[in-house]
Amino acid sequence: MTFKPISFTLNGSSKAAFATEGQNLLDFLRRAVGDLSPKYGCGQGTCGACTVMIDNVPQLACLVLAESVEGRAVNTAAGLANGPRLDPLQEAFMERFAAQCGYCTAGMLVAARALLDANPRPSREEVIEGISGNLCRCTGYEPIIDAILDVAEGRVQA
Amino acid sequence: MAVQVQTHSSLIAAQQALGQGGTYLAGGTLVMRGVNAGEVQGVIVRATDPELRRIASTSEGVRIGAGSTMADILASRDLDFLHPVARAIGGPQVRAMATVGGNLFAPHPYGDFTVALIALGARAVLVQGGPRPVEELMRVRARPPLVAAIDVMRPRDMRAFGWLKVSRIKPKGVSVLSIAALLVREGGRVRGARIAFGAMGAHPLRSAGAERALEGQALDATSIARAAQAACLGLEPPTDALASSWYRREVAGVHLRRLLEQMA
Amino acid sequence: MIRGNMVEFRKDIFADERDDNLNEIGKPTRRQDITGHVTGRSPFFDDHLFEGLLHLRCVRSPHHAARIRRIDTSAAQRMPGVMRILTGQDVPVNLNTLLSLLDFGIDDEPILSTERVRYKGEPVAAIIAETEAQARDAVAAVRVEWEVLPHVLDVEEAIKPGAPTVLDIYPGNKFVYHGKYDHQKLRLGDVEAAFREADHVIEGRYQMSPIEQAPIETCGAIAAPEQNGRYVCYTSTQALFFSLGTASKVLATPSSRLHFIGGTVGGGFGGKVDSIHEPLAILGTMLTGRPVKYAWDREEEMQVGAPRGAERWYLKDAVMNDGRILGRKFTGYFDSGAYTRLSSYAIIKGVGHLPGPYTIPNVHADVYCVYTNRTPATAMRGFGITGADFAIEAHMDKVADTIGMNPVELRILNAYRDGDMKAHRRLAKNCALIECCQVVAEKAGVKLSPEMQAASSRVGGGGARAHLPAFTATDEHGRVSGYKATNYARKGAKPPDLPGAPPMAQHVSHQASASAPPAPQHSPATPVPPGPPAPKRAGPIRFSSLSGFRRR
Repeated sequence: MTFKPISFTLNGSSKAAFATEGQNLLDFLRRAVGDLSPKYGCGQGTCGACTVMIDNVPQLACLVLAESVEGRAVNTAAGLANGPRLDPLQEAFMERFAAQCGYCTAGMLVAARALLDANPRPSREEVIEGISGNLCRCTGYEPIIDAILDVAEGRVQA
Repeated sequence: MAVQVQTHSSLIAAQQALGQGGTYLAGGTLVMRGVNAGEVQGVIVRATDPELRRIASTSEGVRIGAGSTMADILASRDLDFLHPVARAIGGPQVRAMATVGGNLFAPHPYGDFTVALIALGARAVLVQGGPRPVEELMRVRARPPLVAAIDVMRPRDMRAFGWLKVSRIKPKGVSVLSIAALLVREGGRVRGARIAFGAMGAHPLRSAGAERALEGQALDATSIARAAQAACLGLEPPTDALASSWYRREVAGVHLRRLLEQMA
Repeated sequence: MIRGNMVEFRKDIFADERDDNLNEIGKPTRRQDITGHVTGRSPFFDDHLFEGLLHLRCVRSPHHAARIRRIDTSAAQRMPGVMRILTGQDVPVNLNTLLSLLDFGIDDEPILSTERVRYKGEPVAAIIAETEAQARDAVAAVRVEWEVLPHVLDVEEAIKPGAPTVLDIYPGNKFVYHGKYDHQKLRLGDVEAAFREADHVIEGRYQMSPIEQAPIETCGAIAAPEQNGRYVCYTSTQALFFSLGTASKVLATPSSRLHFIGGTVGGGFGGKVDSIHEPLAILGTMLTGRPVKYAWDREEEMQVGAPRGAERWYLKDAVMNDGRILGRKFTGYFDSGAYTRLSSYAIIKGVGHLPGPYTIPNVHADVYCVYTNRTPATAMRGFGITGADFAIEAHMDKVADTIGMNPVELRILNAYRDGDMKAHRRLAKNCALIECCQVVAEKAGVKLSPEMQAASSRVGGGGARAHLPAFTATDEHGRVSGYKATNYARKGAKPPDLPGAPPMAQHVSHQASASAPPAPQHSPATPVPPGPPAPKRAGPIRFSSLSGFRRR
């Protein structure tokens, strides 16, 4: 088995690790780097549980070839908080009961962060569109949409 | 057999590498899925050529680098007529990854962007060989050539182009079917009608029946009804988890009628 | 949606029954595990890293039904990264002990099948390899010689004479209840007399498809060697101690040597109770000495993950012009798939729910647990009830439509009221359907007559409605012979795929149950007073709906 060295930035810190041939970014982040916040839900690009940002664009880590992040900046849910200070979205998700089993939450938060970074005052429809790549089986989505709107409309501060 | 990844800085080099067999990796939404499932094995070729993501206006219209993503399309003002099409594909993450070139060869029920390209009469610029209509590429999908870019003409009258995607999940879902129509009218009559369907066959295709019904006609209730009735002539839509062949045939005319009524 | 300010409390209803001095109800609250969820730190089973982790994947049947002539693993054995290949012979007790642990029936399902497969995707071998990709490639290299057998995928086809037998212990493809009948019975009064008396006889057929729980986290487990001959197992199970018990029985290993860690479940909805992964992951780690992960990918989750089973219901109602339902007859078919899993129990639950929340003096139900060559069904959110309720409420609408009555009023008219006798010979209490209907009508803008508006669950029940009918029609339809009443459905036959049963199989508990007191037989023909039948003896005796009373 051959290994390829990969240097990149993860949540603002420089990282270097080895990827196996054909390894996807999700597996690489979890097994080789140790960031367990992105989750495996399908390996097919359907569920969004593995959503990460690559150069500030939300992508599906299970469908990204690990070696393609060489020299790029990856951000995950593990990097949303600034030290002990949570991202307002994290606060709002806690307040709004926007997670039950919690498995989709990390990917959902990254998708929501990407949405608000690009569009700080989305409408409800735009929020729905913004998380349309992320599946949740527990909440029925409404508390998640409410939580994101709480942040967008300034009802939650970090 | 395991996977070996080759990365090339130019498309020419990538094309040469593919000559020895292998799978070309574009946005990854289809090929990486195959890699994850162990279905794609052997050599995987990728290219980092910056030309791949260039979108530029030309005298002929717009040239879209084959590696442009759906998000790139949405960010381009020159391609505003394709925005509704790009927006209908996947969620935000898939749109940030899925490429125009990859969409050309995406298996059923994917390939909605290609449906629009076929209706618009777009041409593919190949790495080797001259340009070919996108429609013709559908026939060589088993052994696809490497595509560098797509040339697409902006419709002179925006109202001449119509687009509709039918899905069972809102706002995001794969196609029950999709329809793109280019109906240029001269003196109130349709000239050179182009109507393309997605998910109504093994790959995106044109509806000869609907086009014939509209050719030379005014777009009115009578011609629309005839086009709706003829929509599925010669088509054999597939059965999958989303819809049966029968269902697709039943509703294709209904959705075509709705689209044409909007365009009338 | 959950927030207090969005919940409306109707304090006018049952005001004297409720304590309003509540600490949590109606107030916003935080989950105790929410911080872990939003920071991505909640420890799901796959969030435990092990050096040298091996990956297990199963070789699965491409056929709905087939005999296994030969499993040739020689080519797979030579594939890169392959550490070990398991077949049924490697599993100490090659039986999923789900049913015997719960006392819901005879264990009928191999962990890795050795002789026959009964559904598409049934596992026959397991590859343990260094990487998941290597395990996949080796799975593809296993050659199985199949002798394809006829299969049956529809419940009513499956119970026709001559249909292919799915499980040899149930030749008619029907689970045997109480050792007596090939279906679960419910009888109250005489529905045939009600049909003769009725102004309308209204029939309907209702079908519900299987539903996959589809948790975002697929089912799986990681096992690893611990100190002192123990094994640790991180699992996605919804039922930790149940999975521990299953693994202990399957591996013939005392549970004191198994250290199960779970509780953080990425969505279960009932689909994570079957304990499929833990035994094989632990067996893999026992045989290789290395940590082993066995998890389904999404395709496996959808194809072989046990869904809520399909149900088909036939309903026939005896209805008067004024909307009173005199009688209701059910014939129900639960699609258990190829093995029993929890379907036998689901039907007990489902029949306990009939005829819905309505006071109907004549009820007749025959409900069958049917085996087909489909993915085995298991628990999912209210299983046993949901499909029956769908049929009942769809039928209520059909009845209302047929007699030209407001469907909400039809429900209020027939609803249980406090003190009414139910089909199960228990008195209804704490009824609230009428009040729910009234609020729903108000919210939906459905106008109710003053009489229906004034109806109350507390008024009009009991009295004559508390009496059992003088006559209840009984029958011997579906009677089977040769099964011991206290012994589920066994004829002394061994379960399939278990030649020379190993010592730790389920037989122990069956012998124990043979000496337990027989189940009290309440003949439906004889009215009995309400209240639970009290066992004569005090002590460690428990009641099972399937086998009656038995000593622990």
